[in-house]
Amino acid sequence: MEELVNLFVKSIFIENMVFAYFLGMCSYLAVSKTVKTADGLGKAVIFVLTISVPINYLIDQYLLAPGALTWIGPQFEEVNLSFLTFIMFIAVIASMVQLVEMIVEKISPTLYGSLGIFLPLIAVNCAILGGSLFMQQKDFVNTLESAVYGFGSGVGWYLAIVAIAAIREKITYSNIPDPLKGLGITFIITGLMALGFMSFMGIKI
Amino acid sequence: MSKEKEPLFSKKNRALLTDPLDDDNPITVQVLGICSALAITVKLEPAVVMTLSVIFVMASSNVIISILRNIIPTRIRIIVQLVVVASLVALVDQFLKAYAYDVSKQLAIFIGLIITNCIVMGRLEAFALGNGVWKSFLDGVGNAAGYGWILIVVAFIRELFGSGELWGIPVIPQFVYDLGYENNGLMLLSPMALIVVGIYIWIQRYFNRKLIEKD
Repeated sequence: MEELVNLFVKSIFIENMVFAYFLGMCSYLAVSKTVKTADGLGKAVIFVLTISVPINYLIDQYLLAPGALTWIGPQFEEVNLSFLTFIMFIAVIASMVQLVEMIVEKISPTLYGSLGIFLPLIAVNCAILGGSLFMQQKDFVNTLESAVYGFGSGVGWYLAIVAIAAIREKITYSNIPDPLKGLGITFIITGLMALGFMSFMGIKI
Repeated sequence: MSKEKEPLFSKKNRALLTDPLDDDNPITVQVLGICSALAITVKLEPAVVMTLSVIFVMASSNVIISILRNIIPTRIRIIVQLVVVASLVALVDQFLKAYAYDVSKQLAIFIGLIITNCIVMGRLEAFALGNGVWKSFLDGVGNAAGYGWILIVVAFIRELFGSGELWGIPVIPQFVYDLGYENNGLMLLSPMALIVVGIYIWIQRYFNRKLIEKD
């Protein structure tokens, strides 16, 4: 249990998707003009990461990793399908996004209303694929760990986008040099925020 | 029927190739493909390898999608695009693992992330789906080069000031260090990549006023 909490905190603050690895920057910059939309997209990312990371974990363990196919029979021990990783992962993510979209629409129309337009965008958000690829490098021991990691990374991304959106809402009233307006200042603010997040780096949990 | 044939490098086609370098730069103007641009610019070498990989992936995927553009049903086009791009990226990944293992270790997951690099998907959606093969090819090469240009500029600055080297070769002479100069370790950390790009955008827009955003 303690380990799971550690993993969760670590994936939010120390290995923050945006500030430590720059993943999901495109949508982070494009959709962070108001807090409301940022909030919607952030929730959708949490949702999809929490589901797609454990599924990809299972696929990696039982299909792709070297020797993963031994559960079918001992003659498959030598098979290594890891070159298929990218195609498998992206296919899982794309179909998960579609599936999640349909399920949410059926179960909770209000949630669908608020996430609606953002769900399809997520298939090409690098934070999602990045989450799965990092998971592959981390050697988790069970599915639960990978799910916690996915959820934590999603929460980290959510925090980042809501924070920048709040700052950008305030900044519209400031007097910024013309050429720096919009994109330029957003980059610099993100850089400063990332510097702040680096202070978590020395923490050993 | 007898449409006059455009020369291979007409003015319009040349613009496809050169616009993305400045006026229509994928990173600083279209805001596409930022993630990988920032993460791999600590040193020059991985940045150049990444640029070459992206040029290859973009040119080929643009051509393939442009050939298939009339066959792909619109409903499943995203999945088709992802599969095409993912296969090309898998090819690059295997190639790098075979011939440039050290660099491929440094780039690690960022080669895989070319798949979701928004430049690739963005240009497929915006250009290759509606244009001919040759034009799509030029557009792919042009945008990938514009992306690579920023990568190389940022990597150059970060490697020079961060570790005093270029392409792994020390360039700052010893007597400068003797005078008390020190490498700026902050440049090697990830936040500085963002700030360097931010400043690049500032300078670019200062000289290219039409890019300034209105509120």
